[in-house]
Amino acid sequence: MQTRRETLKQSALVAGLLASTGLFPQYAHAAFNKTAFEAKNVADALKALGAGAPVESKDVTITGPDIAENGAVVPLGVSTSLAGVKQMLILVEKNPTSLVAVFNVTDSVDANFATRSKMGQSSDVYAVAVMADGKTLFAKKEVKVTLGGCGG
Amino acid sequence: MADPMRIRAQAAGDKATVRVLMSHEMESGQRKDAAGKVVPAWHIQEVEAKLNGKSVMTAEWGAAVSKNPFLQFNVKGAKAGDKIAVTWKDNKGDTRTDEATVS
Repeated sequence: MQTRRETLKQSALVAGLLASTGLFPQYAHAAFNKTAFEAKNVADALKALGAGAPVESKDVTITGPDIAENGAVVPLGVSTSLAGVKQMLILVEKNPTSLVAVFNVTDSVDANFATRSKMGQSSDVYAVAVMADGKTLFAKKEVKVTLGGCGG
Repeated sequence: MADPMRIRAQAAGDKATVRVLMSHEMESGQRKDAAGKVVPAWHIQEVEAKLNGKSVMTAEWGAAVSKNPFLQFNVKGAKAGDKIAVTWKDNKGDTRTDEATVS
């Protein structure tokens, strides 16, 4: 039989454990940013990455098809002509998790990456450039996904 | 162990265009199998590219990157004969490195 006092003691212990884990969230940018990749929308993903409020910019470009016949393989490219880019991101707004990829740019590579993404449905896709000075710039493009695969 | 990657690096001017085709299932964790159970996520999380042993690019990928992922990027200052190595690591801890020579 458990007395009320014991129960209280145990719950206090559990609360303490929870608090201590809460005090030490993921070591910032240690490796894979799980929170960002599990974020359900663009704003949350950017916040989890520590990026500021994004501003639309003509200097950032996103390339992709207007109509993708197969949502499982949508070729997307992100690039920018600006200097001082820290990270380039690809996000798909209406995917279950918005963030697709993060590219960490160094002096030895161009801020120009291309890959292929999955898309669940027609949606806006975003190219985001996180600058070394903390600015966050983006470009977006609508990609229509034709499910059923007949094109059109 | 996963299948090898296909890496092609071509020098053009003072930089080289690198194209990589990795072999990976990239299971999103959203799909359900015939029994209605969610297929657990299994995808590449980290990618690193090295030029002659020096890291030039790292990337983090989510589950939304397509199956058998394709990646293209440009490495500055790479010339014919240089070595490009690409490494990936997935969320099960599996990893693979492949190397190609810039042509």
